[in-house]
This record gives sequence, structure tokens and C-alpha cells, in this order.
Amino acid sequence: MKKTSVTIAGVELKNPVMTASGTFGSGAEYSEFVDLNQLGAVVTKGVADKAWAGNPTPRITEVYGGMLNAIGLQNPGIEVFCSRDIPFLQQFDTRIIVNVCGHAPEEYLRVVERLADENIDMLEINISCPNVNADFLAFGQDPRSVEELTREIKRLAKQPVIMKLTPNVTDIAEIARAAEAGGADALSLINTLTGMKIDINRRTFALANKTGGMSGPAVKPVAVRMVYQTAQAVNIPIIGMGGILNAEDALEFILAGATAVSVGTGNFVNPATTLDVIRGIEEYMDRYQIEDINDLVGAVR
Amino acid sequence: MKKKECCIVESQEMIGEGICSLWIETPSIAEEAVPGQFVSLYCRDGSRLLPRPISLCEIDRAGKRLHMVYRIAGKGTAEFAALKAGDTIEVMGPLGNGFPLEKAAGRRVFLMGGGIGIPPMLETAKALTGNSGYQNETAAKVTAVLGYRDERFLQDEYEKICDVCISTEDGSYGTKGNVIDAIRENALEADVIFACGPAPMLRGIKAYAQEKGIACWISMEERMACGIGACLACVCQSKEVDGHSHVHNKRICKDGPVFEASEVEL
Repeated sequence: MKKTSVTIAGVELKNPVMTASGTFGSGAEYSEFVDLNQLGAVVTKGVADKAWAGNPTPRITEVYGGMLNAIGLQNPGIEVFCSRDIPFLQQFDTRIIVNVCGHAPEEYLRVVERLADENIDMLEINISCPNVNADFLAFGQDPRSVEELTREIKRLAKQPVIMKLTPNVTDIAEIARAAEAGGADALSLINTLTGMKIDINRRTFALANKTGGMSGPAVKPVAVRMVYQTAQAVNIPIIGMGGILNAEDALEFILAGATAVSVGTGNFVNPATTLDVIRGIEEYMDRYQIEDINDLVGAVR
Repeated sequence: MKKKECCIVESQEMIGEGICSLWIETPSIAEEAVPGQFVSLYCRDGSRLLPRPISLCEIDRAGKRLHMVYRIAGKGTAEFAALKAGDTIEVMGPLGNGFPLEKAAGRRVFLMGGGIGIPPMLETAKALTGNSGYQNETAAKVTAVLGYRDERFLQDEYEKICDVCISTEDGSYGTKGNVIDAIRENALEADVIFACGPAPMLRGIKAYAQEKGIACWISMEERMACGIGACLACVCQSKEVDGHSHVHNKRICKDGPVFEASEVEL
């Protein structure tokens, strides 16, 4: 019998397919379309220490083969999240990964501390959202800051810590090594690429925020390249994402070095994309008589 | 589990400049739909990922059919406009809440539509006049107030089932001006307003309803991604704290698209 389960920082996932933060809420809305029990993990939308209202609209726009978003991390804050979203997800046989966001280190640390006694499986730290506070943006782009924040979070965290990296850097390997040096248990990448669209008829920006994070199949080659470079640079597991719409896309990431993958924008194209990816990976394993999915991880060097 | 449905195009025709009338057969969406809801239509071209939210103009539950009237606004809707009878299209829905028909029961109602906000008021009119084939208990005295720029569409369909009052921006038919001008010129009165149209029109209607002390519900639009309330792209500012994020951002796709006018900032 073939093995589709993977292990990240001691946490076993029944398969390597999860949702990308921000595209799936906490699963409640999508649970009408997707049996969450079938997913390797649900990664929640970013949660901060207090409620955030997010950016003005328009918050999204389509671009060729992708989209730009500038939601601005609207979220209900950690207390509502703990009392509503975690109990909701605990009804399902899937791993719960909570994405944590903040404007400053203290805010991240408050959320991490608050989550210490919650029954969740992992933390994903968003140090890379391009749509909040411009001063702070430098955080995920500066290796020293990444290492320091990772270390502080690791000191307080009771669950394994995944650092989510931005692609908006010159050298992804340098940032990845900094997170690993700070004690990160895993890395996830890529977050969105900063982009812009101009509405030529209205002669204005398509997004109220002017810039937004680009995602979707158009960014996939960049993401696969960065996952590959990161896999060469670190020894911790990688969760790969960026434009995955089907199993073929997911397998590229796995072969490039990702232990697991996330579906983000693909959920908008079809709410059941995650399930199609899971089935497609199994079919691929059957076709090529792969006994263990782990044999594929980083198999292309 | 809900899912995207593969629907068959029954007919498509242009009923105005850039205005398309599309009938589709659905496996199950039509049977569940109510007036004021919308569906997500998906493009075949892989470079266009996001569904287009399109309002329901008519719902034929018995025949499992949906009627949509939409404007060609870009490449996605241009793709839909090229669909012919027998073609298939992926559809998700019905989505959103719909108009609160029970609030209009036995009362005088204005159904106000502006431009491409005119189509969703048609099924609402049918439901409130006992012409929908499924909803007779909420009969009301309906006046459709339709605002066009110049060219009119769906006028005959409304005139078959209710009183109709029309404004045109260029004055080519009915009252010259907007829907509020038309109401005032004809000295019309109502107890309840349901409306759909561009933001400036909704703003005017909200002010009119406030001035007259009339209950008023409006259907809003915004750019959407998921269409089901998860991505938080299509929010509007609400007076009350919203149930999702506990801020003041109601989700148009999930908490709406129909809101009580006093509840939202325009």
C-alpha cells in the first residue's frame, strides 16, 4: 500500500496537501464544498492580537493568469479566533496550522503566547505580507530581523514554528538560512509577489491600496525556483506554494524539494481544487509505482 | 457537498448594446435560487481565474433554468457573450442572501433598478406578483422604477406583470433624469423599496427612503474572488459590527448582496 503521509517537525499529515493562508478563512465557508477531513492540514487566515479592519476596497483585481490582492489581513483577533475558529476546526480529522500576523514583534509574541495552550498542531508566522505597514515590510526582507524574530517566537511557542517567507527579496536562500538559524522548524514559501495594476479607463490604480500581492499560476515558475533554491540551502522541511491548480503543479514543488504544498488562489478557481490535487498525486504515484511520497521530495536535483 | 455545476446554455441573445440575455439549464442551482441572489460564472480561458458574479434575472425552478442579463464589461463577460446554445459553462451558486420578500407582503413596493441593476429586480417582481410559480404568499402592490441611460431593455417583461415607471438620462423615454426624478414627477408613493444599481443611485435612493421614512433594502456589488465569504475581498462598510471579523466590514457575497440601506455606508 502506498504511503501519502508526510511528517513536518514531528507532526504527521495524512497527505501533503494543505490550504494557503488567507484563501480559505478558517475553513467554515469552504466546508460546504470540501470535506475538510480529507486535507493534510488547514492553514488559517492570519490572526493578530486584536481585530484588524483591513484595507479599503477594491481589494482584489484579476491579472493575466493570476490576481492581485490587498485585503490587509482583516481578522477578528485572537480571542474570537480561539473561541470560534479553533473549536470549529477541531471537529475535523485534519491538522490545524494557525497563521499569525502582526505589525511588530510584540504583537506576534502575544498571539504565539495566547496559542500556547490551544489544541493546534503548528504555527505559521507571516513575516511577509506585502499589504500592511510599509515600515514593517523590511522585516521579512532582512535576514537579521528574521533570525531574531524566529528566535523570540521559538522561545514562547509550544507548537512547531513554520516561518512564511516573502519572495520579494534578492536572495531567498539567505533569508531561509536566517530563519533556520533562528530555530524555525519549517519554512513555507512563497507569499505573494508585490504587483500593481492600472485601470487605464479610470486612470487610477485598480486596487485602493495601489499595490497588491500577486498570486496564481503566473507566479508558479518563480515559486518553484525559490523552493528549489531554499531546499538546497536549508535542512528543515519546506511547504511549497504559488499558483498550484492541479496535481502536476503540486508535484513540481515536491520534486523541487517541498515536503508539502498549499493551494491558495486555486481555491477561488474551484473550491474543490485541494481534493483534485490529492487525488491527482495518488494517481501519479500509481502510474509511476511510487510507494512513498517522501521518495519524491527533492528528487530533482 | 455543494460544488461547481456544469450547466448547458439554452439560448443567448443581445438585447441591447453590449447587453446579453443568457438562459442556462442547471443540474440543481435553479431549484434552490431565490430573487436577489447571484451566481459565479467561470471562464474557460485559463488566464482568467476568478469567477464573475452575475445576478439572477429570472428563476425557472420547474424547468431548472436560470436567466441572466449582463453587460459585456471586459474579457470575461465577452467570453460569456460568445456562448451559444448547447455550449457548457461552469457555475457556482446560488450565492448570497436575496431580497427579504416577506417585508413587502401586502404593501406598496418600489422595485428600483438602474442600468445593469435592472435584471435582478425582474424575478423579484415576479415573486411579489405571484408570477414566479413558487412564491404567491407574499403578494404586494409592485411598481418597477427603471432607470436607463438611453437604450431600454427588459421593459416588456416588467410591463407584463406590474406597473412600470421609467427614467432615461437622455430624456428619450419617460422622465428625463434618474429613478428618483421619475418617482417625484409621477407623484408615486410606496411603503418599501428594493433596489439594485450603481453606487450613486443607491446613495440617492437611501437618502430618499430616509427622507420619506420608507423601509429600504439595496443590493450591492464589489469585486469578488471566492464568492462564498472566505477571502474578505468584497466587503462594505457596515454600521453594525460584522459577524465574521467583528469590525465594520460586512461581506457582500455572503452577508449580502442585499442589505438594509441604513445598515451600510455608501
